[in-house]
Amino acid sequence: MIRGVIGVLAAVALWQAAVWLTGLPPYLLPGPAKVAQTLAASRAEIAQAALFTAAETLVGLVLGAGLGIALALAMAAWRPVGRALSPALIVSQTIPVFALAPILTLWLGFGLAPKIAMVVLIVFVPVAQALYDGLMAPPAAQMDVARVMGAGRWAMLRHLRLPAALPRLASGLRLGAIYAPVGAVIGEWVGGARGLGALMIQANGRMKTDLMFAALIVVVALSLALYAVIDAGLRRMLARRGF
Amino acid sequence: MTRPTPAPASVGVSGEAPGLFGPLALRLAQGRVTCLLGASGVGKSTLLRLLAGLPTGVDFRGTVDSAPAALMGQDPGLFSWLTVAQNVALGARLRGERADPARIAALIDAVELTGLETRLPANLSGGQRQRVALARTLAEDRPLVLLDEPFSALDARLRLMTGDMAVRLLKGRTVLMVTHDPAEAARLGDRFLVMTPAGLAEIDAPPGEVPRRHDAPEVLAAQAGLTERLIA
Ligand SMILES: Nc1ncnc2c1ncn2[C@@H]1O[C@H](COP(=O)(O)OP(=O)(O)OP(=O)(O)O)[C@@H](O)[C@H]1O
Ligand SMILES: [Mg+2]
Repeated sequence: MIRGVIGVLAAVALWQAAVWLTGLPPYLLPGPAKVAQTLAASRAEIAQAALFTAAETLVGLVLGAGLGIALALAMAAWRPVGRALSPALIVSQTIPVFALAPILTLWLGFGLAPKIAMVVLIVFVPVAQALYDGLMAPPAAQMDVARVMGAGRWAMLRHLRLPAALPRLASGLRLGAIYAPVGAVIGEWVGGARGLGALMIQANGRMKTDLMFAALIVVVALSLALYAVIDAGLRRMLARRGF
Repeated sequence: MTRPTPAPASVGVSGEAPGLFGPLALRLAQGRVTCLLGASGVGKSTLLRLLAGLPTGVDFRGTVDSAPAALMGQDPGLFSWLTVAQNVALGARLRGERADPARIAALIDAVELTGLETRLPANLSGGQRQRVALARTLAEDRPLVLLDEPFSALDARLRLMTGDMAVRLLKGRTVLMVTHDPAEAARLGDRFLVMTPAGLAEIDAPPGEVPRRHDAPEVLAAQAGLTERLIA
């Protein structure tokens, strides 16, 4: 916590130093004081935009995590499905998903749907990959015990492979939580008039760089808050289960 | 505790694994404790896994006559997300059966873990964990019990106590116990088998019911004899 505060203070100091040293005009690089002023002055506008971005992020995160978990379970439960899809999962990680944002807007319009779809796409792959890896690498001694006890395929999945994979799933969800707000912002950036991404694009177009920076800071704060909440929840969930 | 159903008289493994061990015939004494000793890597765990019906990764050619088995490995293999009581009742959970709470409580009492029922394995000592695994093995109530270096992680005192406890609680079952400790074998084994790449050699066991006293002269003599065989 203290280290975090020191880090933020150092970053602000560095930023101010950069403004002084480069002598760039405020419409190119506004200083921290100016951005703080704008943040206060435009707080209603920024808060409303943040609300949209947060909603898209949360809905997308829940849907993406759910889809990723379902896919990983299906792949682990039916070997042919797993064998067929696991290369696809790896290939899909090489696709720069952001490049799909314009197409999503084309397909789904300018409402919330394409932004949520963007978040889903970004969250779903790391969650599915992490959980699938965990499900496919169950602890050997426990597997031996379960086999000798006569556990069937489903009992094995439900009582051993899935619980043993929870730490991996948690890693996937943490990654998803980090990427999710970025997905929402990119979606808003490409199409639409609402959310922090749209606000940033509009501010940029009108040379209101200070507003752009203010929105950016809110994106970062939102992302960190989301990550902190999810990380704390996952830690508690894992600790309760002896991990 | 219920009287165990006896395992068939013919439980054993006969065959060979080229490159690992030559032709051998392992027969377990019905209702008795057979201790299996031998150098590291000679194939003791492989024989035990064959009896358990587990994959071995070696090219075994031969036949396995087994019976419904309970397994306790060197790694106790506890489920870290289940409590002590849930781990002891694991078999029922995995088979979708209902465990009898009174019986589980009796087993936890038998291994002297009463009061720790709701602990997770992470919050137990190594010796307590091995006793949970022992109770879980007993809860299976199988005629054949396979123990692979079950007490190797314990200190001398706990090893003695837990070994004696295990043999008493397993009375009447057909037991195969892999161990590296001649003293443990001399106290707990009704029969001793020493495994080498050439095959199995049976060594005479001292008289008397197991568990024997660790300091009885015939037990010390048997321990010395076994040690002699293992370092030869
Ligand atoms: N899954 C596997 N795949 C290939 N080789 C294996 C596998 N498991 C064991 N082996 C080999 O088989 C041989 C016998 O192994 P095993 O575990 O039966 O030895 P062990 O007598 O139990 O030894 P230790 O006393 O050290 O436990 C070893 O040389 C080992 O390298
Ligand atoms: Mg071994």
